[in-house]
Amino acid sequence: MARLKEIPSGERQMLKELPCPEFEDTPFVRIKKPLSQCRISLLSTAALQRRGEKLFWRGAVDYRVIPGDIEPNDVVMSHSSVNFDRTGFQQDLNTCFPLERFQELANRGVIGSVGAFHYSVIGGSEPEQLKPAALEIARMLKNDHVDVLFLVPI
Amino acid sequence: MQISLVRLHSEKIRPPRALWVPFELGRPLGVPNDPKFQHRVIAAVLDLLKHDGGPVLEDYLEEVPDGEAKDEQATMNGQFCPISLTSARSKDSDLMKALEAEINHLAPWYEMAVNQRRRTTVGVSELEILEAARFLAAMIESGDPPVPRNDLERGPMLKLCCEDLTSFYGEAISVQPGMKASIAVENWIWGHTILGETMWKIREINLESKDDFMRYHAQRSLVPDRQIHLREENPRIFRSWSLVKK
Repeated sequence: MARLKEIPSGERQMLKELPCPEFEDTPFVRIKKPLSQCRISLLSTAALQRRGEKLFWRGAVDYRVIPGDIEPNDVVMSHSSVNFDRTGFQQDLNTCFPLERFQELANRGVIGSVGAFHYSVIGGSEPEQLKPAALEIARMLKNDHVDVLFLVPI
Repeated sequence: MQISLVRLHSEKIRPPRALWVPFELGRPLGVPNDPKFQHRVIAAVLDLLKHDGGPVLEDYLEEVPDGEAKDEQATMNGQFCPISLTSARSKDSDLMKALEAEINHLAPWYEMAVNQRRRTTVGVSELEILEAARFLAAMIESGDPPVPRNDLERGPMLKLCCEDLTSFYGEAISVQPGMKASIAVENWIWGHTILGETMWKIREINLESKDDFMRYHAQRSLVPDRQIHLREENPRIFRSWSLVKK
């Protein structure tokens, strides 16, 4: 369904014409340790936050921290767009924020560990204006000794 | 490393490691409540770490199983008739009585969903669900009802009430058989419920609003685009109870 041809014409045209930041090069980092020793955190663009926290509104360029031990029932969504499915999220948080799946991988020794903290922003905001948030998140990931960040769009 | 839902965007941005998946927007891991499927997607993402150079953009070719994407009960004609006004408040309008009856009819399904999933996504408005419904009905009937939260203006309050009500309905109906596909749930809410009819009316009213937030909400952030197209092409499949009047 995320094939452009299967998206309604208005939304398809918007996605086709959406300005994307372009970069001269790609900052590629080689992983220097086996996956079984890597610590992994998640970053979602689904405007997720803890129940009761400040909500995301359209154009927000801040972020929310989601603890690794959060109960799925404590995660809510406040995205402004209605042009993506929410029923998957309603049925199973892992459909868009697979924290439990990564915890299972850590328990099985496939990955080293799951980060103590994970992050969420609201997709659809101006990418350039998210840079301060991205830099802060990067700093916190380093402090948490995270090796790999998994970006999950919505 | 990341999942890519819109391949064209990843081609332009060229992130270090991306896996394009053929799933609908909103379901980057593909299938809810299917850990094996989700683990296969994650394994493919983790495989991207094996590359020594990039950018890497690979395609994930496994489709979601039948029934997850298809519209099995898109029309839902005769699924249920929710009108039963016995428990409604006498001072409520016909619209609010009908909304309350519909919500009461769905309540056992909602409770079943919460028990099965051990969670709910309802709650961003911080209102009881009937209070959220009452605010929507009052938006139509008076246009400027008191806002039940003193930290929000009318537009944001309306947005959050709509979010909670569609979540409540979505959670309730998706535990019923044949309602796995998002389009089936969406078609039911927007085409066959009093809530859907109420929100269509709010959209119609607020498209002319002088309030920027409410006008944008009506234009872009209330009704999914595919429902707007569907209604333009085939208005007869959208049921009306003639309860929504201004």
